[in-house]
Amino acid sequence: MKTQNQRAWLFVTPVLLLVAFNALIPMMTVVNYSVQETFGDNLFFWEGLGWFEQILRSERFHAALGRQLFFTVMILIIEVPLGVAIALAMPKKGFWVPFCLVTMALPMLIPWNVVGAMWNIFTLPDIGLLGYFMNHTLGISYDMTQNPVAAWVTIIVMDVWHWTSLVVLLAYAGLVSIPNAYYQAAEIDGASNWAVFRFIQLPKMKTVLTIAVLLRFMDSFNIYTEPFVLTGGGPGNSTTLLSIDLVKIALGQFDLGPAAAMSLIYFAITLFASWLFYTLMTMNDNKS
Amino acid sequence: MRMKSLVPILYILFLMLPIYWLVAMSFKTTNEILSGFTLFPQTWTFANYIEIFTDPTWYWGYINSIIYVTINTVISITVALPAAYAFSRYSFVGDKHLFFWLLTNRMAPAAVFALPFFQLYSAVGLFDTHLAVALAHCLFNVPLAVWILEGFMSGVPKELDETAYVDGYSFPRFFMTIFLPAIKSGVGVAAFFCFMFSWVEMLLSKTLTAVEAKPIAAVMTRTASSAGYELGLLAAAGTLTIIPGAIVIYFVRNYIAKGFALGRV
Repeated sequence: MKTQNQRAWLFVTPVLLLVAFNALIPMMTVVNYSVQETFGDNLFFWEGLGWFEQILRSERFHAALGRQLFFTVMILIIEVPLGVAIALAMPKKGFWVPFCLVTMALPMLIPWNVVGAMWNIFTLPDIGLLGYFMNHTLGISYDMTQNPVAAWVTIIVMDVWHWTSLVVLLAYAGLVSIPNAYYQAAEIDGASNWAVFRFIQLPKMKTVLTIAVLLRFMDSFNIYTEPFVLTGGGPGNSTTLLSIDLVKIALGQFDLGPAAAMSLIYFAITLFASWLFYTLMTMNDNKS
Repeated sequence: MRMKSLVPILYILFLMLPIYWLVAMSFKTTNEILSGFTLFPQTWTFANYIEIFTDPTWYWGYINSIIYVTINTVISITVALPAAYAFSRYSFVGDKHLFFWLLTNRMAPAAVFALPFFQLYSAVGLFDTHLAVALAHCLFNVPLAVWILEGFMSGVPKELDETAYVDGYSFPRFFMTIFLPAIKSGVGVAAFFCFMFSWVEMLLSKTLTAVEAKPIAAVMTRTASSAGYELGLLAAAGTLTIIPGAIVIYFVRNYIAKGFALGRV
């Protein structure tokens, strides 16, 4: 049981001030823009909820949101099972464990624009390793800048490359926390591999996998830099995800009103997901 | 059993391929890159690296990045320590709501904040300074540090605090000499994650800087677009950005998962 102590607020104040400066002021700016129209010269006119209506009805927004959801769903479907499978196959102890952990974590520490640039160099049709292999060795026409399907496959494979290790590391941490006695008991009972996975390993990984799924959901939903550097949203608009579209409207066209309204809608979606995350996580905390 | 050990090997191979290609490119001459496909550099050259280490625009990009990453890590940990202690030890009015609100900032899309941050930091006269980027990155790093530290602190039994008070320790002395050493791995992990997310982030750091505090990411994109397509140079610059991460990762290898689980494995 925690002690009741209102002076704890003093401890939290620095964090509160710092985050409030960073979060509340910009958020108020966005709210302010979202209900006004401007023609430059710092002249603003009341617009009401017009921008929200316009964004929610615009086909461009629907398309970007659709692409974003498709991307996020693909990422979860591929990365979570793959991550768990790799974690299950990893050695439990010995020399190779630190080697695996370090090499697997490496992609996550590369700056996001470098990830994009690296995959660009890797996939160039005639001089990239993958591009050359696909076009000249396998004879499959593969050019990200021309073919939307190739662009989509590439951004998904890039994200799998970049973030599957997150799932692996979390699942692995859950696996090594299982006492050996559990496996011995399963062996005595003659349990199959599937039964061991279903009734011993999976329950032990539940907490970490919840965190992994939700972290991957949020981060892939907010993704900007890597696909932007790799494809620039193209060819055409085929890989223009939500963040890319938002930055285009806000910093490219400087359409403050629509960009602000879109920001708030975007943020509301992420906020809902955060709430889900928090609820699930505290549910797990309370149980243990 | 053999089949099983193939899985991690194949996965690591897949992870290393693009990195290998980046490193290999960085040692090739522009001529070799443009004249066709070669699996290994035919004529090794260090020209790309020499250019980066002799051109101030390039190497200041790295220095700028390291400066704001360091400032950010120091600020984040300093403010997060007392807050995490409060969350792990006390219950107070609004604690749960506050904790949730902190998390929402970690989850906010950076693209939402790009424009208002630009205006905010211009208005307070911090635009194009290291401090601006460091403070902006606090938006997601402070909540993260609070969460990770809270997780580690909750693993320390409360009896430690109580015994220290009975022994006549003042709070600051207890915190510095007993409590901090007890959670030092947590502090290390939190610092690592602040370093990591500040180091890899580009959208905000690029938006908030122009010349004086330009991060390496911005130098790279500008070079890529302005000076034709100098792939070798770009590859060398990319290779160099991997090194700091590769060094620090070794020290926290056993705690990375615990950090991602926000201290809750």
